[in-house]
Amino acid sequence: MTRRRTKTLKVDPLTRVEGEGSLFVKIKDGCLHDVQLKIYEPPRFFEAFLRGRHFSEAPDITARICGICPIAYQMSAVQAVEDALGLAVDGPLRELRRLIYCGEWIESHVLHVYMLHAPDFLGYSDAIRMAQEHGAEVERGLALKKIGNEIVSFLGGREIHPINMRVGGFYRVPTRRELDPLAEKLRWACDAARDMVRFAASLPFPEFEPEYTFVSLRHPAEYPMDQGRLVSNRGLDIAVSDYEAHFEEEHVAHSNALHATYGEHGDYLVGPLARYSLNFERLTPGAQEAAREAGLGPVCRNPFQSIVVRSVETLYACEEALRIIESYEQPSAAFVDATPRAGTGFGCTEAPRGILYHRYQVGADGSILAARIVPPTSQNQKRIEQDLREFLPARLGVPEAELTWQCEQAIRNYDPCISCATHFLKLKVDRI
Amino acid sequence: MAAAAKSPTLVIGIGHPHRGDDAAGLLVARRLQRQAPPRIAIRESTGDGLSLLDRWQQKDRVFLVDAIQSGAPEGTLHRFELGQGPTPFEACRNTPHGFGVAEAIELARTLGRLPRRLIVYAIEGRAFGIGDALSAAVEEAVLEVVRRICAEVEV
Repeated sequence: MTRRRTKTLKVDPLTRVEGEGSLFVKIKDGCLHDVQLKIYEPPRFFEAFLRGRHFSEAPDITARICGICPIAYQMSAVQAVEDALGLAVDGPLRELRRLIYCGEWIESHVLHVYMLHAPDFLGYSDAIRMAQEHGAEVERGLALKKIGNEIVSFLGGREIHPINMRVGGFYRVPTRRELDPLAEKLRWACDAARDMVRFAASLPFPEFEPEYTFVSLRHPAEYPMDQGRLVSNRGLDIAVSDYEAHFEEEHVAHSNALHATYGEHGDYLVGPLARYSLNFERLTPGAQEAAREAGLGPVCRNPFQSIVVRSVETLYACEEALRIIESYEQPSAAFVDATPRAGTGFGCTEAPRGILYHRYQVGADGSILAARIVPPTSQNQKRIEQDLREFLPARLGVPEAELTWQCEQAIRNYDPCISCATHFLKLKVDRI
Repeated sequence: MAAAAKSPTLVIGIGHPHRGDDAAGLLVARRLQRQAPPRIAIRESTGDGLSLLDRWQQKDRVFLVDAIQSGAPEGTLHRFELGQGPTPFEACRNTPHGFGVAEAIELARTLGRLPRRLIVYAIEGRAFGIGDALSAAVEEAVLEVVRRICAEVEV
């Protein structure tokens, strides 16, 4: 009997990701045997925290789930609550919501592109070493991210865990004049974001194009951010309220995060690649042109090129933010009044990492009776493992250090936000 | 507030309010805020390294206060003044953010964006879980850091 040779790659903890996780890859006799992305941040009981609280508290409580994308949580929360209350928020209030969301996309994408992901492509262990030889690029990233921060802290009331958003609108809305300084900065940011796209496009990309099932929002006229129907490249076209009829979450033993699945298709992908590939023609002409110049077609299936797509989306967010500010007219009221009524509401918005689904059941007195939150990283988790299963077999011969590097790079393609993804699943054990 | 923004000295307290001893830096910032010493700007941070860079730009002297885990007994106080060497506290890399405090210091150094003086007070902690209580020794260390910072700026 020949001796079996087993090689285990272990990356514990994963660095340059948001939160705490690790990766295990087992290779047996030269064949890929097992891939497990483990998420071991403690389960967070936010869905349970929400029960019994007033609906007006949902945006502020759920914003605490993530320090990177609090706006996404607030946005999905207010939308779901407003859906339950039969409240429509449109006109300048909705525009302001898109504006603050643009700020979050800019912050989050720029941080990931320059500080967390670009070093992988250029062969640096981190952004500090990258800055020694690419100082101008890193400085551009810092300046761009600062503009995203400024939008969020200005409209959100403060930098960390913004507090100005509420069910029905905002606590306070800005005057036109207050937005002028941001417009000036955004004009610079649009140019800087075009340079960002060129920089990202100049990086070397491994050849790898899985047959993804993309899922994102799609709006009749806009690049999806805060509204739309849920669509896929496999024929899905449903209202947000039908999400749970098509998508399921399952617990896997090796992770504290739930794995989401999409019917018979199983794993699916949410986030920049899905949004872009399902909505290319909804980008601004400027962002479409930058994408074409960067060598992207209207569909992008190479996950390593997500760094280019994030840069294109950053440009889109800068242009969209500028458009909103330039056409802004201060609304007469900062919010639409909400009257409690019993009902169930659904919300889904495009967080930087992909769709974030919320459902609330609200009682007649306005208290939350049940809540369900499905963050983007738990939807992508199964697909991340599948990417590694498809990416690794052709590369098993490369030295271990390089292979480990490539695995980490492939995980970072998703900009996983592990803090958001951890849930606790109620287990029911049937003993026969 | 405008006067504080122009102060040459800035204290940044770093931490997570609901992770036990990790809140130490925030508690120092809040206590200092209550004492409202003149000529000092005070900020709180959850440890997103990149926003630290923006905050300390053009400051003459910056105090960073953070919790640390280096194996010393809880409540132990470390004081570093950042010189030419690498950041002496590897433990500050343990941050829930992809880009934390130690990275921010090193990146600022690389880009020539450090304040003229950067002083780090690191408080040794033990309990960092969500919902953990603050250790008694850390609570005492918080008061000690407040005293020392006030003494350093001669308030």
